Amino acid sequence: MTVLGQLALWLALLLGVWGAVVGWMGGQRGDPVLIRSARRTTFALAGLMSVAALGLVVALLKNDFNVSYVASYSSRNLPTAYKLSAFYGGQAGSLLFWGLVLSLFAAAAQALTPRRYAYLMPYVAAVTSVVTVFFVSVTLFAANPFSRLDFVPLDGRGLNPQLQNPGMVIHPPMLYLGYISITIPFAFAVAALLTRRLDVGWLHAIRKWTLLSWVFLSIGITLGMWWAYVELGWGGYWAWDPVENASFMPWLTMTAFLHSVMIQEKRGMLKRWNVILVGLSFALSIFGTFITRSGVISSVHSFAQSPVGNFFAWFLIIGGVFMGWLTWSRWDLLKSEARLESALSREASFFFNNLLLVGMSFSVLWGTVFPMISELVRGSQVTVGPPFFNQVNIPIGLALLGLTGIGPLIAWRKASPGHLRRQFLVPVAVALATAGILAAVRLSDVYAGMALVLAAFTTATIGQEFYRGIGARHRLHGENYALAFARLVGRNRRRYGGYIVHLGIVVYFVAFTGQAFKTEMEASLKPGESVVMRSPYGEELTFTHLGVSQYEALNRFVSAASVEVTRNGRQIGVLTSEKRQHVDSFGRPTFEPSTEAAIRSDLREDLYVVFAGSVDGTEEAVYKFTINPLVMWVWLGGAILTLGGVVTLWPGGGPSDRTLRRAMEGYQAHLVEEAAS
Amino acid sequence: MSGMRRRDFLGRGALAVIPLLGWRAAQDTSVARLPQPELAGRPQGPVTDYQNDPFIIGVERRLRCTCGCNLDIYTCRTTDFTCTYSPELHREIVAMVQQQMTGEQIVAAFVTKYGEQALMAPPKEGFNWAAYLLPGIVITLVGTVITWVLLRRQRMAAAVAADAPPPPGLSVDEDARLRAALDRLES
Repeated sequence: MTVLGQLALWLALLLGVWGAVVGWMGGQRGDPVLIRSARRTTFALAGLMSVAALGLVVALLKNDFNVSYVASYSSRNLPTAYKLSAFYGGQAGSLLFWGLVLSLFAAAAQALTPRRYAYLMPYVAAVTSVVTVFFVSVTLFAANPFSRLDFVPLDGRGLNPQLQNPGMVIHPPMLYLGYISITIPFAFAVAALLTRRLDVGWLHAIRKWTLLSWVFLSIGITLGMWWAYVELGWGGYWAWDPVENASFMPWLTMTAFLHSVMIQEKRGMLKRWNVILVGLSFALSIFGTFITRSGVISSVHSFAQSPVGNFFAWFLIIGGVFMGWLTWSRWDLLKSEARLESALSREASFFFNNLLLVGMSFSVLWGTVFPMISELVRGSQVTVGPPFFNQVNIPIGLALLGLTGIGPLIAWRKASPGHLRRQFLVPVAVALATAGILAAVRLSDVYAGMALVLAAFTTATIGQEFYRGIGARHRLHGENYALAFARLVGRNRRRYGGYIVHLGIVVYFVAFTGQAFKTEMEASLKPGESVVMRSPYGEELTFTHLGVSQYEALNRFVSAASVEVTRNGRQIGVLTSEKRQHVDSFGRPTFEPSTEAAIRSDLREDLYVVFAGSVDGTEEAVYKFTINPLVMWVWLGGAILTLGGVVTLWPGGGPSDRTLRRAMEGYQAHLVEEAAS
Repeated sequence: MSGMRRRDFLGRGALAVIPLLGWRAAQDTSVARLPQPELAGRPQGPVTDYQNDPFIIGVERRLRCTCGCNLDIYTCRTTDFTCTYSPELHREIVAMVQQQMTGEQIVAAFVTKYGEQALMAPPKEGFNWAAYLLPGIVITLVGTVITWVLLRRQRMAAAVAADAPPPPGLSVDEDARLRAALDRLES
């Protein structure tokens, strides 16, 4: 099967080159035969990449340890779910996964895009084929998952224990889906530039794809935070690690694009900026992959250093130059159709929202690469860790949170003073009341206080929008409030889905404030001994050590330490943290022992207990106890944000066929007029 | 329930091996020994007050562990508890604290010994200012330019609107009413 997989990769390479050439030529000549061939090539590529992927999956499931990749990332006693996740657990497999998902997305784009955008499709096929060829080339020439060893080991090394977690089964695919699906909007942008059809058509064609990749990225990032929190044992969920930053940067630029695209749709403005944003998002998704794989920047998440970095660097350079030239050559065609009329308008607020989102993306990029720049300029590396990123990005984040509230309150084109007064009265009152309450309870952290006040303001703006919309439906149509809510959201999915996303962002920020009040403590306890901690809410939490037990389970030997927890003298549960020593199928220890934190979550706080080890091999245990306020709000924010994304994405929320046809006809008439003059 | 059973079992197991551990007379025999202590992670010593000292933790948070994890010393030594470097670095810091060194002196000693990379954030001096200031400068500059362009365009739009004659068939009064109605509608 691996031979078949290898063969499929070679065929995919050849076919990808063919698809790129016929796509380009078909688009240039308008030859239906070539166009059809380019389209079919994308389907064939998806088929070949599926065969190649199947080859690796079968090798993993059949424990074919002669395959170097299988020997490195799997073992006989690895549970089946993790054998499957080992597919993308290593460098070579993850690159094959990239190619597979890209080819499937490319085929889906060809199959699902309405016929009215047929003029773009040959170029879309060409671009997706080029990117697929790139990934197949890297897989074949720099990180081949099918390369074989000279011998057959009795067992494999197994998967890193920290990757043996349900979060790691689903988090990387989600993130990859987000990264990879950005290629589709990028391909449409290139196609629109090549065809010179720079009306809103290509934006409508990619609307679902853009949202889809944004939703996947959001889910991937949140799941990554969850995995880091439950698995790494440090009691946090975001460390500004280069790999985390790599996923955050395209998310920021995609978020900016989702906003700026509305200005182009409504007012015909920001056309140049939108093309640049799509290109930038794609470049950042490739850059993220480059960072993870090249080893140029050290990270706990990085794959081993390998020659794939050079491939990515060249791809980024060539792709950047091509996109730059293409945009520059169409600069005049990308001129705005309308002019901004007022600095106090929705459009203007979107300008600043884009500035902050892209500015934050730049600041994250700048911090991530600064060690390299410092080495180049001064000859010495520096560490750019969380203190730096927090210092630079928290103010930008707070400004963004404020704009999240302000933007929807301002009218399109021009806002009158009376309108502004009407819109801002309640949210500002809510924000001031919140500030008063926080001052009364003497909240000590300035940033946390600002975040909570802005969160209250933004929540009030969202609530006001829903309240007015539901009220209007109730009055006009006599609907009860639940029905009015359902119809309001159902008939304006984009707008109200967007508000739900904003609410998710607010909930995230509320969660982040909890980090300012985190309390930690280490203690060594004999069975029966207790330690007392005071929570930020002033409650007394007592942790009493019950004992340590040891037992075998699946592919590991477990040492489990338990504590009984009481809050103000009332028992709230028993928490058990584990030390796991993974073993191979011969019972030999593999890897370092890993830790499973015990977590008790509620809306107010998480109790996070880590068993560090035993004192002198006895049941006296060393623990780290953490009281982590508001962590559950992070996952809640992620869920709300995803829900909002899904509402927006749900079919039927976009412009109607009639509207689109009218817009296209208008644009064609405009082109004819332009050509005649 | 199962936890209780396991504990009872381990307790009995530990009792059975106690005679074999007679040579460890100096140790506290009131605590049962684990059946396989070597599989319970790295051996730990009892937690000292220094490990929870806010001053020491504050200093550790400013310094990077040298194991290559990108974490600060405190986070590294309390994460997973597998690192061998961070406990050693913690002991170094404790020794410096015992010598009455201030936080700044300890940080400076680490920079001297391990280089500037020992700091979790670049010191605010020389070229490092670029790291801190550039994002803010870029955002402020672009924001200023956007504001200037917006205000300029707003003035231009207002001037054009004021100078424009009413559309054919509309009186000045009707034109003003129409504009007011459109403004109301759009806001």
